[in-house]
Amino acid sequence: MSAITHLQFLESEAIYILRETAAQFEKPALLFSGGKDSIVMAWLARKAFYPSRLPFKLLHVDTGHNFPEAMEYRDWFVQEIGADLVVGSVQKSIDDGRVQEEKGHNASRNKLQTVTLLDTIEEHQFDACLGGGRRDEEKARAKERFFSHRNEFGQWDPKNQRPELWNIFNGRKHFGEHFRVFPLSNWTEMDIWQYIRQENIPLPSLYFSHKRQIIERHGQLLAVGLNDERGNPIIPLLDEEKPRVKEMVIRFRTVGDASCTGAVESTASTIDDIVAEVAAARQTERGTRADDKRSETAMEDRKKEGYF
Amino acid sequence: MSSPISHLPSPISGIVDASESSLLRFTTAGSVDDGKSTLIGRLLYDSKSIFEDQLLAVEESSKRRGDAHVNLALLTDGLRAEREQGITIDVAYRYFATPKRKFIIADTPGHIQYTRNMVTGASTADLAIILIDARLGVIEQTMRHTYLASLLRIGHIVLAVNKMDLVNFDQAVYDKIVADYMKFASGLENLPNVTPIPMSALNGDNVVEKSDATPWYTGPSLLQHLETVQVHTETAADAARFPVQWVVRPISDREDAKLGNLHDYRGFAGRMASGTFRVGDDVLVYPSEMTTKITGIHTFEGPQPEAIPQLSYSITVADEIDTSRGGMIVKANEPVQTAQEFDAMICWFADKKTLKPRGRFHLRHTTNDVRAVVTEVHYKVNISTLEKSAENKEFALNDIGCIRIRCASPIFFDSYTQNRTTGSFVLVDEQTNSTVAAGMILKALTDAGDEDAEVAI
Repeated sequence: MSAITHLQFLESEAIYILRETAAQFEKPALLFSGGKDSIVMAWLARKAFYPSRLPFKLLHVDTGHNFPEAMEYRDWFVQEIGADLVVGSVQKSIDDGRVQEEKGHNASRNKLQTVTLLDTIEEHQFDACLGGGRRDEEKARAKERFFSHRNEFGQWDPKNQRPELWNIFNGRKHFGEHFRVFPLSNWTEMDIWQYIRQENIPLPSLYFSHKRQIIERHGQLLAVGLNDERGNPIIPLLDEEKPRVKEMVIRFRTVGDASCTGAVESTASTIDDIVAEVAAARQTERGTRADDKRSETAMEDRKKEGYF
Repeated sequence: MSSPISHLPSPISGIVDASESSLLRFTTAGSVDDGKSTLIGRLLYDSKSIFEDQLLAVEESSKRRGDAHVNLALLTDGLRAEREQGITIDVAYRYFATPKRKFIIADTPGHIQYTRNMVTGASTADLAIILIDARLGVIEQTMRHTYLASLLRIGHIVLAVNKMDLVNFDQAVYDKIVADYMKFASGLENLPNVTPIPMSALNGDNVVEKSDATPWYTGPSLLQHLETVQVHTETAADAARFPVQWVVRPISDREDAKLGNLHDYRGFAGRMASGTFRVGDDVLVYPSEMTTKITGIHTFEGPQPEAIPQLSYSITVADEIDTSRGGMIVKANEPVQTAQEFDAMICWFADKKTLKPRGRFHLRHTTNDVRAVVTEVHYKVNISTLEKSAENKEFALNDIGCIRIRCASPIFFDSYTQNRTTGSFVLVDEQTNSTVAAGMILKALTDAGDEDAEVAI
């Protein structure tokens, strides 16, 4: 018998983890951002429980700093796979005084998401959140478990993680604690793209080459002209920056909060183009994320607090 | 030691062919200065799995720390405590691909906690690379690593005789190391296939390409071997084992395009651990031990004629049979063992608690979870000398030995030697919920008991 392909293995492993999550927890949720990793995860969840509907809801933490294309896609996709969506709003957390908006022209709501996420988890009593995080993404993620324990404050203790052996996953917890579960742990960016190609999964148009007004700031290509729901610009420009805004042919390698998601110059307009581009890339995809560049251990620090 | 990065050839393509490629999971074991980071760094770099921004970040950190050279360990020692203390806390998983295969490396640190970490990394590995410094030869560490690989039943070992450049690529030195090693290894049960390779990770000799410096060596380079070695070829021929994870019951009158009306659909969802099923096979379903026939092997893509190892399915059967999570489906003529009490080898993982006779735990085995008590401690193994001792019956962190466990209800299993999935378990502490031990089942105890029987391993 021929061996299975690497994508078959990864798919089956993810389905196994998704089923373990549904079986071991009372009320899991799947964190859905509209980015490619969470799309692949939700796609796999549909397979895992077919012909049943998903035994959990999708949870979107909405920073209010959105690409409209990502929102449109989200609503279409949720309906397509027949899932229920819960939205946690960062704007509401700000309005309720749960968090304070960052100031200055580099302000981002990325960090604020953590409070909204933890509040939403508590409000809905979710005891496990499925995340699309991959170990190849970032060095603090390289040591993340499939089943990652969070204490009653939602925090991660990297030095006190449960060893994971064979395919036995330990989701036992005390009241008030929860888990983050990462079914795509063993996938790389290339695996994700090859799988999207193999499965012909529709994606938000942001991932493909298009023209956009761009400002280059600290080496990042940021999208100009987007407003939040109150009509305020998501990326306010300094006066000296205004003349430097230019139209560029770009695409996004990751899709997250619009205030810190950088674009790359690209003419890749099909999945095949993107696979070729990813193969030739000399930068990691998180190299386009301003949120990771705040310090050497920025990701670890946010994760300890309860970030995705 | 200088960085291996500066004088490397341009990287080979990191795109794996999605239609042809398979997956190989391996673990690396070695002591602190044997060049493990260099070897991994080279594999990652040559397969284009290290990116410029990662390399730049590592270079900057190395400079800031005052390291004389680029410190590749910083690539994955990403946690603050690790960077500050210059240690690796945990198993790090790294990924690379060539057009032929995708590779997952479980990289385990060489320092004191290595037993726990190596056991963890080895539990999912098909192959282990054990590094030896050619100047030092087979040392105690080599024997420990080999023992653990054999205990965890890794089928393939690459004996990487590294730093050959420092012994002038002398064949006599290499031959003696290999002979010493084989002499030690032949005393082990579960002896894996051993592939010795002389190499210099620093210079790249026999890592990706065959080296001119070792004309006397006729075997493959490390990467050639990793790309072609056949693993789990045996799993498909093994007894069919399908632990049930979840029961798919749509409870709906929806019409499905492939399945028709879903009202009566009841599928047992799980992942084929070993062996194969075909539609029409007579099967035995645990815990009820009723026999029935397979009527459907389903995936989202539609009905399948056959279930093969490692893939996930939802299986329907002819009769209404009571099973759910924790149950298991096997072929009618290949029953598993069922018992409440059995002997097992364990590795103790907890640093604040010890294991004592009468200790109580949750035992997690396949998708099952039962209460269990340690009824006896048979012996502990000194993994440097392989001597067994029954004097001290308390297990501390990293201790390995043989115990007897009694469960609150019977479990369905094979011995670990026969099946890594249905023969393995973990123990979970009842107070902290931590995973405190990894276990490998040796054999069931019948009611009559067989106290005198010699325990394997």
